Amino acid sequence: MPVKFEKKSDGTYMLDVCGYVCPHPQLYTKKSLEKMQTGEILEVIFDNPSSGETITQLCEASGHEILEKKKEGAKFIFKIKK
Amino acid sequence: MEEKRNYIWALGITFFLIVISFVYLQVNVFYVYLVAYIWFGFAYGMMLQYGRFCFASASRDLFAAGVPRMAVGVMIGLMFFSIMQAIISSIGLSTFHPAPFGLHMLISGIIFGLGMVLAGGCASGSLYKIGEGNMTNFIAVIFGLCLGQAIFVDIGGIFDKLIPQAWERSALAKGLPEYIIKDGWFDKYLAGYVWNQPTITLAETKLISSTFPGAWKYFIGNSLINTIIPATLLILLIYFTVYRKSYIKKAGRPSLGFGGELGGIWSMITASKRTSIMGVLIGITAGLHILAIGGLQRKFGVTNFGGLLQRMGYPQDTSLMGDVFDPGYWYITSQEAQFGAWLLEKLGWDMHDNIFFGINNGLPEPLRNPALWMSIGIILGAMVMARLSNEFALKWPKGELWLWGLLGGLLMGFGSRPSLGCNIGAFFIRIAGGDPNGWLYGAGMVIGAFIAVKFFTWWTERKMAKELESF
Repeated sequence: MPVKFEKKSDGTYMLDVCGYVCPHPQLYTKKSLEKMQTGEILEVIFDNPSSGETITQLCEASGHEILEKKKEGAKFIFKIKK
Repeated sequence: MEEKRNYIWALGITFFLIVISFVYLQVNVFYVYLVAYIWFGFAYGMMLQYGRFCFASASRDLFAAGVPRMAVGVMIGLMFFSIMQAIISSIGLSTFHPAPFGLHMLISGIIFGLGMVLAGGCASGSLYKIGEGNMTNFIAVIFGLCLGQAIFVDIGGIFDKLIPQAWERSALAKGLPEYIIKDGWFDKYLAGYVWNQPTITLAETKLISSTFPGAWKYFIGNSLINTIIPATLLILLIYFTVYRKSYIKKAGRPSLGFGGELGGIWSMITASKRTSIMGVLIGITAGLHILAIGGLQRKFGVTNFGGLLQRMGYPQDTSLMGDVFDPGYWYITSQEAQFGAWLLEKLGWDMHDNIFFGINNGLPEPLRNPALWMSIGIILGAMVMARLSNEFALKWPKGELWLWGLLGGLLMGFGSRPSLGCNIGAFFIRIAGGDPNGWLYGAGMVIGAFIAVKFFTWWTERKMAKELESF
């Protein structure tokens, strides 16, 4: 199953992990943020509800800012600033 | 439109369970026992889904992401449940029974811990995630917990050679029917090893029962010493090793002082309110479940639903002891194994020639299996909650998820049988009931989860570097 990690524009990336269960969405999010530069933005799209809780706390613990949390149907979209 | 459809689904599922309950009660009043299991299952399912309450994430998210929410939630649930258990024990309505103590608990816990991380959910977590539409967990439950477990407890032949001679001799000396004991490694393991191990609850030890007479022994021994103190110490350990650093950074002060540290601990506990609140509610509900089943057993004058099945004319559902699997509390895995065995019997496999089904748990028809209905209740309760919050999405596994679901499910199945329980029956219930065995199993789960997290971290890095151009 393809995970999508794309550069949308300068300093903005998109990670699509829809269809993946725990712990993959949070692991991919963590690894993506580790690769990115401070100030860059990651848009994470996932549909595993419990990952949202973990990603939120992961960002709080690591000092990343969640700029936006959206829900489109059963999909969650988090915009995170590293 | 989507919201309206989900709302109709939620109402439809609830209505279906109400109708089912009335039908059972019309057929025979004894089925109120089974109906109680359905609705407690339903309540667990709703709470698990709302709280994102999965024991797999307790250690996994701690190691993989430095997130303590679920580990803290489990400890809170344990503390409240242990108080409930002590109250119920003190009024003589407890259905709790400790399990044989030994190293097998640690080993089983390691296997289970590996499995739950690979599958993406523990035993109860996998059930509630099926309710969210997650079919990877469905694969884990059907092939691992149902079929895998049933085969695991029944196979013999070459596997019998793995059993030490001493266990075999001890098993043969138990006087079990020859058709049961002659073939099957798990039978020899149970009768030759597990049954020889001691069972312990702290309240029943000489020291605790003589120092704290009457009901105090349950509150001091089982609740305070076996559960609340270790759970508090673990919360402190998690705070100081995982959470405190980021809390200090956020607070902007190099040292916090006693009040500040307490504030930090409280901040960690309330960081995920829905998980912590559900921890409290699950602990209380699990206690009420024991109370309800204990009350029904007293009302009907039985100690097991098998007694009621016999009165209703279904002796073929029960084991040689006249019992069926009826834990009397929240429990997963044995009922899934029964369902798997029931399916395999339909295909011609004799599943009555082993201790697990033939002597201990029976093989009731699924419609007369109270614990199986509890599992169905968990799935449907979670489905209702997921529908109400528009989080339901049918997700079929693709690619690697098939492998993780299958392998994880099998490991969970193999890791829950030698310990006579999973993250619920061998860990959560036992610790709160005063059985130190639960901590041994928990330690195993943490070790297994740690290994699986290391593997997944390596796998994820490798996959991202290999497949994702922008990475």
